[in-house]
Amino acid sequence: MNDPVKEPAAAPGGRPILSLRGISKNFGAVAALTDVDLDVSPGEVVAVVGDNGAGKSTLVKVLAGVHRPDAGTLTFADREVTVASPADAHALGIATVFQDLALCENLNVIQNLFLGRELRRARLDEVTMEIRSWELLRQLSAKIPTVRVPVASLSGGQRQTVAIARTLLGDPRVIVLDEPTAALGVAQTAEVLNLIERLRERGLGVIMISHNMEDVRAVADRVVVLRLGRNNGVFAAEAPSEEIVAAMIGASDNVVSRRAGRARSVKGEA
Amino acid sequence: MADVKAAETAAPLDLLDERLRRGDGWRSVAGGLWRRVRSGDLGVLPIVLGLVVIWTVFQSLNSVFLSSANLVNLLMESASVGIIALGVVCVLLVGQIDLSVGSVSGLSAALTAVTFVSHGWPLPLSMAAALGAGALIGVVYAQMVTRLGVPSFVATLAGLLSFLGIQLWLLGDTGAINLPFESDLVHFAQLAFLPEWLSYVLVVVAAGWLFATGYGLARTRRAAGLSARSTSLLVARSAAVLLGLGFAVWYLNRARGVGWLFVSFVVLVLLLHYALTRTGWGRSVFAVGGNAEAARRAGINVRRVYTSVFVLCSTLAALGGMIAAARLAAANQATGAGDVNLNAIAAAVIGGTSLFGGRGSAFSALLGILVIQSISNGLTLLDLDSSFRFIITGLVLALAVTLDSVARRSRVAHGRAA
Ligand SMILES: Nc1ncnc2c1ncn2[C@@H]1O[C@H](COP(=O)(O)OP(=O)(O)O)[C@@H](O)[C@H]1O
Ligand SMILES: [Mg+2]
Repeated sequence: MNDPVKEPAAAPGGRPILSLRGISKNFGAVAALTDVDLDVSPGEVVAVVGDNGAGKSTLVKVLAGVHRPDAGTLTFADREVTVASPADAHALGIATVFQDLALCENLNVIQNLFLGRELRRARLDEVTMEIRSWELLRQLSAKIPTVRVPVASLSGGQRQTVAIARTLLGDPRVIVLDEPTAALGVAQTAEVLNLIERLRERGLGVIMISHNMEDVRAVADRVVVLRLGRNNGVFAAEAPSEEIVAAMIGASDNVVSRRAGRARSVKGEA
Repeated sequence: MADVKAAETAAPLDLLDERLRRGDGWRSVAGGLWRRVRSGDLGVLPIVLGLVVIWTVFQSLNSVFLSSANLVNLLMESASVGIIALGVVCVLLVGQIDLSVGSVSGLSAALTAVTFVSHGWPLPLSMAAALGAGALIGVVYAQMVTRLGVPSFVATLAGLLSFLGIQLWLLGDTGAINLPFESDLVHFAQLAFLPEWLSYVLVVVAAGWLFATGYGLARTRRAAGLSARSTSLLVARSAAVLLGLGFAVWYLNRARGVGWLFVSFVVLVLLLHYALTRTGWGRSVFAVGGNAEAARRAGINVRRVYTSVFVLCSTLAALGGMIAAARLAAANQATGAGDVNLNAIAAAVIGGTSLFGGRGSAFSALLGILVIQSISNGLTLLDLDSSFRFIITGLVLALAVTLDSVARRSRVAHGRAA
């Protein structure tokens, strides 16, 4: 397989590979997304942050073809596109790690990795698929002892790794990760952040949803804030956390800043 | 220390993790099997044990039971419902159900008889028409389930009644149409047996093929640096199949021998097994049964998978009905009625296909129908009427479903797929 890590780096910046304009999505009376804009360029990591229920996962599902937006346009590689199904998203080269991972528990690791894009569908090439699976997992430094067990028997972190590894198959141009480090331990989190950086070097566009400001600051080039389903500011990764948190929660005097203030005053006394 | 290192670099690619219990000898194979059973991954073990118990009991009650002649009969009788059960396995695998397979088989029998006997169509055309009707029914179910969101339970329950009605209407006032004995279909279902030599050739071919594919796979895996079954294990497996099948065929050949009908059923089982385990379609069937939403997000056309499965099930039901009529040399109001429906579903479940979806195998149709047919045949030999047959088959089904649920809980506890 073509190693996602060792390919020449594309120039970052430039024109966006993917842009969203005015995306809206309603679930009955709930407006999950209202008039949302988002751009990601090749070789760029865009973090999307927001409080619980801000609409981050809904945005991911719109990109992945799981939900169709009620309004708005999607432009991919300078072409306006409709992503009507997950197959459309795959065909364009948008690969997604969902927050709930979307793995089949009854299938083993290899079967999950290659789900929907098996090699030689009339007579499955299990050996090649197994070898590629090992290569892929090795790249992610995954600690998975055997790939021939059902995914049900893996830990949360191992499953997350499988879900991430799956996006690297095929030849994606944009990778969307919905809370990719939520279930991971310290070492695995670092591993995933490294991976995200390598994807950027390779010239892919990366959209990372996260709760964790530390992770965001570590890898993101830009931070897009969603609040109650609307854009609420774009920040450089170097912007102070307090500002970003304020945009997420909607006030400068909020529960997070009060806690931070208390912690500072405690430190000051000590 | 250096030894350990060397041993580790020599280990196959898939066995590098230090937490794995390693070994390629017989003991590790046996140990692995034992661990699987304990964790609730029972495989075919319960059903094989069940068959042994059933056969022992009936043999001790009536010594005719295990005679060659009776076993030949038992196998021939199991083909029609077994074929229907194959379709049920597919539907169960995607987590759906088809309660109308009995009626569809009856309708197909009636259609074949009416067109072939009453209207004088050529036999292949009649059969194709009946199979086509079955496929069409599957399409309708799939549309109802995938587009209109009707639960398959209800859609097929409605089908059960409607198709029974059409069957009765087709058969008309007499309620039965005899199929001529000299027709190919009846001959095939009743009188066509393998010549003795051919039956042994098939046994040798089966064992040889099993070894050849196993050996080929092991070689490819080893060449790719993966672990593989040892050749001695493969030889032993093939030898066991050779001896086991060889003995069975020899024993059946004491009487009329192995029927073409039963061989055809086994071939269908093998084909479906291949399709389910070795093709992309089979993978999507298991994926949809395990987590339909995940399958959809992986880009699988879930609707198409459902459609293929419902069509396959109804078509196999139609085929089974035709064969049931041929066995009887008549299509009548009882074809596909009574316990055919439940026997087909029970066979799939008793054979180890889970009612919860995503877990099962084509072989469960074969094993399950052998259990059901053994009970039915044994009780008939004992001159016990159908009341006992219903009660005992019901108990066995309850046992199988309970085992499925308990094993499922154990699998969850042991971190295997539910
Ligand atoms: N399938 C759905 N049906 C109805 N409402 C939904 C659905 N998915 C999300 N929502 C609603 O949309 C809003 C945004 O949810 P989500 O995108 O999951 O938030 P986040 O991922 O940012 O925590 C929530 O109010 C949620 O209840
Ligand atoms: Mg979310």
